[in-house]
Amino acid sequence: MTRIFTYVAAVFLLALPLRAEVEIQEVTSPGGIKAWLVEEHSIPFTALEISFKGGASLEAPDKRGATNLMIALLEEGTGDLDSRAFSAAREALALETGFDAGDDSVSVSARFLTENQDDAIALLRGAIIAPNFDQTAVDRVREQVLSNIRSDAQDPGALASRRFDELAFPNHPYATSRDGTADTVNALTRDDLFAAKDATMALDRVYVGAVGDITAEELGLLLDTLLGDLPATGAPMPERVEFAAEGGVETIPFNTPQSVAMFGHAGIQRDDEDFFAAFVMNRILGAGGFASRLTQEVRENRGLTYGIGTYLVPMEHGEMILGQFASSNDRIAEAIDVVRAEWAKMANEGVTQEELQAAQTYLTGAYPLRFDGNGPIANILVGMQMQGLAVDYIATRNDKIRAVTQEDIARVAADLLDPEALLFVVVGQPEGLE
Amino acid sequence: MLHRILKPLAALACFALPVTAETVTDFTLDNGMEVVVIEDHRAPVVVQMVWYRVGAADEPAGKSGIAHFLEHLLFRGTENLAPGEFSETVAANGGTDNAFTSWDYTAYHQRVASDRLDLMMQMEADRMRNLKIADEDMVIERNVVLEERNQRTDSDPAALFREQRNAAQYLNHPYGIPVIGWRHEIEQLDTQDALDFYQRFYAPNNAILIVAGDVTPDEVRDLAEKHYGPLAPTEGLEARVRPQEPPQLSERRLSLEDPRIGQSYIQRSYLAPERDPGDQETAAALTILAELLGGSPTTSFMAKRLQFDEQIAVYTSAWYSGLSYDDTNFGLAIVPVPGVSLDDAEAAMDRVLAEFIAEGIDADHLDRIKMQSRAAQIYADDDVASLARRYGQALTTGLTLDDIRAWPDLLQAVTPEDVINAAEMVLDRNRAVTGRMIKPELAQ
Repeated sequence: MTRIFTYVAAVFLLALPLRAEVEIQEVTSPGGIKAWLVEEHSIPFTALEISFKGGASLEAPDKRGATNLMIALLEEGTGDLDSRAFSAAREALALETGFDAGDDSVSVSARFLTENQDDAIALLRGAIIAPNFDQTAVDRVREQVLSNIRSDAQDPGALASRRFDELAFPNHPYATSRDGTADTVNALTRDDLFAAKDATMALDRVYVGAVGDITAEELGLLLDTLLGDLPATGAPMPERVEFAAEGGVETIPFNTPQSVAMFGHAGIQRDDEDFFAAFVMNRILGAGGFASRLTQEVRENRGLTYGIGTYLVPMEHGEMILGQFASSNDRIAEAIDVVRAEWAKMANEGVTQEELQAAQTYLTGAYPLRFDGNGPIANILVGMQMQGLAVDYIATRNDKIRAVTQEDIARVAADLLDPEALLFVVVGQPEGLE
Repeated sequence: MLHRILKPLAALACFALPVTAETVTDFTLDNGMEVVVIEDHRAPVVVQMVWYRVGAADEPAGKSGIAHFLEHLLFRGTENLAPGEFSETVAANGGTDNAFTSWDYTAYHQRVASDRLDLMMQMEADRMRNLKIADEDMVIERNVVLEERNQRTDSDPAALFREQRNAAQYLNHPYGIPVIGWRHEIEQLDTQDALDFYQRFYAPNNAILIVAGDVTPDEVRDLAEKHYGPLAPTEGLEARVRPQEPPQLSERRLSLEDPRIGQSYIQRSYLAPERDPGDQETAAALTILAELLGGSPTTSFMAKRLQFDEQIAVYTSAWYSGLSYDDTNFGLAIVPVPGVSLDDAEAAMDRVLAEFIAEGIDADHLDRIKMQSRAAQIYADDDVASLARRYGQALTTGLTLDDIRAWPDLLQAVTPEDVINAAEMVLDRNRAVTGRMIKPELAQ
């Protein structure tokens, strides 16, 4: 059963006659795998995006890093193909693949030419269903992961992020790096990798988006071939976790001319009814590039940084509002003061009507521009499904942005933003910080 | 004059693929401004890019960083726009904008709904000739640039190492000077430096307009004539002539210790020829050579020998980009596995390079690389913004549209002999810089 939906957005504020048409078909394969499809036959290739909810957060603490290592090994051989033979086969077909392990999901991305579709899917199936995890490949890729872990230990941004997460989500997978530690990664066995694969890549948590030169019927058959032999169920999802860090400044000494700061506190859930108000507020506060107050005050008016940004981070099991910037060691104290002052100003006063209108115009105008290629659209289709949104979300999303009022933002800013609760983790040799 | 030309599809003919969505048109305004239109009507989106044929390699001596600093200042207002108003207006129309500077070019771009192109052109044309810089804004922006240098170079040992290696690569050519500038020179840049550079180089006869997306060439021509057409050219602008390299007769070696790096590695770069108009065959062979030697982390020659067979390296790579106005680089890198010294890693790398030349080319490997090159032409049609970027880069590094069109075929035509000849030509240690990035041993 397929349903076709056409998106026609009318934009009111500046009367932009901008129309993005994305015809999403909801497809169910003969074997029962669901997918969203946009047919686009003008270029002879298809972009396929597959995501499994859960990700590295499904790991036990002593197996930290198993999902990350497992994902990195999917392309390292299947059946009688070893690592190099697999790569050579992939190159000969010009099949482009990406495998990624996140905290809340693992994903597989692929682009394949129409002329090579069957061979490309057969090869990709081997990687997803029956990887070999040869011990030599395991040892080699493990060395690469360990090398990343060593590099992160010398990277100020990574150090700030690690410490922030530790303080924010103690005793939860979010507290530690999904790369694992040298100890946990060294202890991982082949069996751990097969277990991590079955825990994370199962049919009860899969979401698919496809865009390109393929029909609904072809996609259904393809998905049964590609994914049909995955396990029916995976591991249970982790517990919810509340943001636990206290406000203040924590410094990690590091020999560098410029300090890196990561800051934030508890956030807002993606399905909160005030999420859109928070989203618009955050655009004005710190996510809007040159249009944001923080960029204006910290960069444009004072020259204290090259870039500053804030982000709503609504994860599956906990949420934050986060920000980040870097300033010279002798200027970062001033930058932190400015951030706190802007935080308080937004919490106390909200936004002006002009700021609200500018943010709404930007956000509603920019939304259709996201739909500008097969790959980007396939990504959006998967993201929507994982958030539990319906296909008509695309048509109503801008209405939700437009419906946000100054009062909504004042309420959500007063509720969400708390300068006293802001935790700053600073890596460097900052001067003048208490 | 209006040329309407189909994208290079000859290379795809053997696959009997349909003609793709992309068509490219070009024409020149009376004041000398070149215009290229890349059509893609799948989404109501357009990208405008204005590329200037000027970059860091065209700076006056002692003024390093002025090209990039000026790029920042172009967002600080004109006679008609207040500081910041340019980007605010783009955002208020739902768009995004930015700019970037390299040795050979400086480019400004916006991505908006296609019916906003008129306004984008109006503003971009305005700041081509009407820039206004207040001294107090200049001082703040110079601090922003110094923080940018802090963040992207001084805080990153790998970037510092690249900067040093690059400075050693060029004995005479200004490519040895970093695009962002040396700190002590950035600190001294002022408003007059920026205006001098601006008034000379920001002119329609030194600019290329690229519009990509849901537009027709006729629409673009009408708008371009309306907004850019009235601008006066800079008289007496000649093709760029920079100081060229003398014969390089002696290998340069350098090492940099920094506790901030995760592990030690070796990077080597060789002086190499770039793509020249009507003369791209050597560059095509070097492009294929880099792919064969170190393009893939699993199947390339260096990976096969050094990572898989001998397990000397965790990572190896080779790179080359022919898009450069003057001589470019061919690069190699090796990260040894723990326990293998940098001396042994470098010796193994050199031995494997000699084996590559002695053993000849694996025909299957060459075929796979050519297949990927063909496919890349198809995948590229899905991203019109990066196509626009590639055209701009090629045109500002001295190539013509004919050269861009010829390139895919030239890659397909590269023979094993061409690759070996290119390798023997480029892998000359006398023209190379070998750099060691060293993680200090911990004191016990």
